[in-house]
Amino acid sequence: MSFLDYLIPVFYALAMVGVFMTLCAYSVLAERKVCSLIQRRVGPNRAKIPIVGHIPIIGKILTRLGLFHPAADGLKFLFKEEITPQHVRIGYYYLAPLIALAPALTTMVVLPFGRYIDVSGMVQPIALANIDVGILFILAVSSLGVYGIVLAGWASNSKYPFLGAIRSTAQMISYELAMGLSILPVFLWAASPGSDYGLSLFGVVQSQQGLWLIIWQPISALIFLIAIFAETNRLPFDMAESETDLVGGFHTEYGAFKFGLFFVAEYAHIIMGSALFVLLFLGGWHFLPGVADPWPDGLIGILCSISWFMLKIFFMIFFFIWMRWSMPRFRYDQVMHLGWKILLPLAVANFVFYIFLIAFIDNLNY
Amino acid sequence: MGEVKEVSVGDIGSRAAEADPELKAETMALNVGPSHPSTHGVLRLMMQLDGDSIKECEPVIGYLHRGDEKIAENMTYNQFIPYTDRLDYLAPLSNNVAYALAVEKLANLEVPDRCQAIRVICCELARISSHLLGVGVYGMDAGSWTVFMYTFTEREKLYTLFEELTGARFTTSYTRIGGVARDIPDGWLGRVDSFCKGVVPILNQVDKMLTRNRIFMDRTVDIGVITKEKALSYGMTGPNLRASGVDLDLRKDKPYLGYENYDFEVPIGLNGDCYDRYLMRAEEIKQSVGIIRQVIGSFPEGLYYSEDAKKIFAPPKDKILTSMEELIQNFMLVTEGPQMPKGEVYFEAENPKGALGFYVVSKGGGVPYRLKIRGPSFCNLSILSELLPGHFLTDITVILGSLDFVMGECDR
Repeated sequence: MSFLDYLIPVFYALAMVGVFMTLCAYSVLAERKVCSLIQRRVGPNRAKIPIVGHIPIIGKILTRLGLFHPAADGLKFLFKEEITPQHVRIGYYYLAPLIALAPALTTMVVLPFGRYIDVSGMVQPIALANIDVGILFILAVSSLGVYGIVLAGWASNSKYPFLGAIRSTAQMISYELAMGLSILPVFLWAASPGSDYGLSLFGVVQSQQGLWLIIWQPISALIFLIAIFAETNRLPFDMAESETDLVGGFHTEYGAFKFGLFFVAEYAHIIMGSALFVLLFLGGWHFLPGVADPWPDGLIGILCSISWFMLKIFFMIFFFIWMRWSMPRFRYDQVMHLGWKILLPLAVANFVFYIFLIAFIDNLNY
Repeated sequence: MGEVKEVSVGDIGSRAAEADPELKAETMALNVGPSHPSTHGVLRLMMQLDGDSIKECEPVIGYLHRGDEKIAENMTYNQFIPYTDRLDYLAPLSNNVAYALAVEKLANLEVPDRCQAIRVICCELARISSHLLGVGVYGMDAGSWTVFMYTFTEREKLYTLFEELTGARFTTSYTRIGGVARDIPDGWLGRVDSFCKGVVPILNQVDKMLTRNRIFMDRTVDIGVITKEKALSYGMTGPNLRASGVDLDLRKDKPYLGYENYDFEVPIGLNGDCYDRYLMRAEEIKQSVGIIRQVIGSFPEGLYYSEDAKKIFAPPKDKILTSMEELIQNFMLVTEGPQMPKGEVYFEAENPKGALGFYVVSKGGGVPYRLKIRGPSFCNLSILSELLPGHFLTDITVILGSLDFVMGECDR
């Protein structure tokens, strides 16, 4: 292997981080714009970039749309004074935002976001790493994200963040189980006997060439959707943040870029959750239920599949934002009640039901 | 073998704690406020938490104390009106009216019908304004920001109406002893009417977002229950009292300003929980809209001040500048203040937050000897130390939001 062969994956990885972070920044903008739409406001429309913002008509439209606001937000985080409260535990205090963000960025490695047809005519996924156990990797890594929050609450050495961290932990544990159980039927369904797809995300997407899994398994989809809402710490499940009583919760003591990292991590988790939901239940890059792959071969087909997948992700992000701005917040014991007493039994029942159903279908086929 | 000792296995935790004092769970002291987003002002709660549940709570008030009652003793009756704006600063108009009514009761003065009608509209608009904020902030405390934005937009429209009427959006200072500062502007009633038409659909939207919302109900039903007896013994008034099932509305029970001529319902709650208190406010806005429409429908002609009260109400400016008699009258009023008879009087009006009372002691002349204010928020808040223990920390936002208090009135 030449030096270049090592360099190319690094380049891809950097490009992907770049795209992913831009997506995060613009989902912040989407959040603000959609929220203002829901609340009948105008939303951000002021920030201007010197040259581009002054192009006659286009510049004005771009400014009105608030397209320069993510840049302004990002720069604000960078240039703010770095304040470290005296009472914090320094090491952990700095480590926490990194731990919050890193899992979200790591999981995207195994995310197939499009498909191409290789020289032998086989459909292959476009991903940084197409591994057999993609979903296991994602579940394992993304659940590490909560350590960032717990660590932040603990390291802040102050009462409100501490309470936020405790709530966050309690909530995570209640949801991981239901989440895991809700996607087991999906993989049972996707992996037909003798298939070598196993737990790969690509296999799941390929199995949805007919009807999408949200139609075959609506209950799994529902449980998974609620679970990713809880996983991303978004309203109605944002008790860890709960700004009305915990004043920002775990990130109360964080400012400037450290807070920016938490902020980005939240949106990174949303994008990851959306992508996962699209892959598992909404047919990934497939066009419509029943019409799997109308894209032509070659580069155009690749771009089509990627953009269609992105469109679905945007829809899911919109859904997240929509929910956030129309729901009140749960109390954390109610969330645990929902997680343990409703979702978990439901997920188990759902799982058992599909075990029997799939065993029955497989028996019919042989 | 010795005697077999019977040990209950029920409470292993406390037995372990007895055996090993190190294990005993400590409570955590948490200080909420005086500057905290959910306390709606400068209320401070000193709490003992066991995990996330509240064991003890001690409210600390007084951070907004300005000595309003003492200030009143050093100025004429009319000069105190701007200070009443700062009591319940979410409904300044109704404070103005309540104060003016109290002093007029002392002077045994009856204002003309037109003035009364203007004052009723003021009171009810102030009630709508206060309750819109109450419901909106309550929604926000429960996590639903959009409700807050909806109701706040309506309040901005109300402020524009106030501005047109009084010249100020927030601190209105509109009433005078014996009348109001100026007559209503042309076409103002029409704009009030169209506001009333516009606010009802917004209320229906808020209703859709909260009333049957499962999460909102989970957060509020059976939270912060105040029984009838408790509410009465703490001297609660207003929507908070009515939510507990006590039918007490001074507009019905001791009518003033001609409220007996208008047809409206007083909503009464069943359980006295946070959910009921939300429903009370939402319904009262609708009733207020109804009252305003009735007033506009039969708006009387006449003067906006009582003409025969020569020693109390300053005559209009054009007369002052053209006639000797009125010039002297105005000069005396400005230098000496409105002349009141000796005596003492207590008057309370049904304000948005509850019964706002003024106790005025006069030794004659233009300055009160003593003025005591009964702030409804103060009484409504006094129940906190009994109400909060047993609830979760997250519930304080909902409970405080549902009590809908204003610290300006509580601390005075």
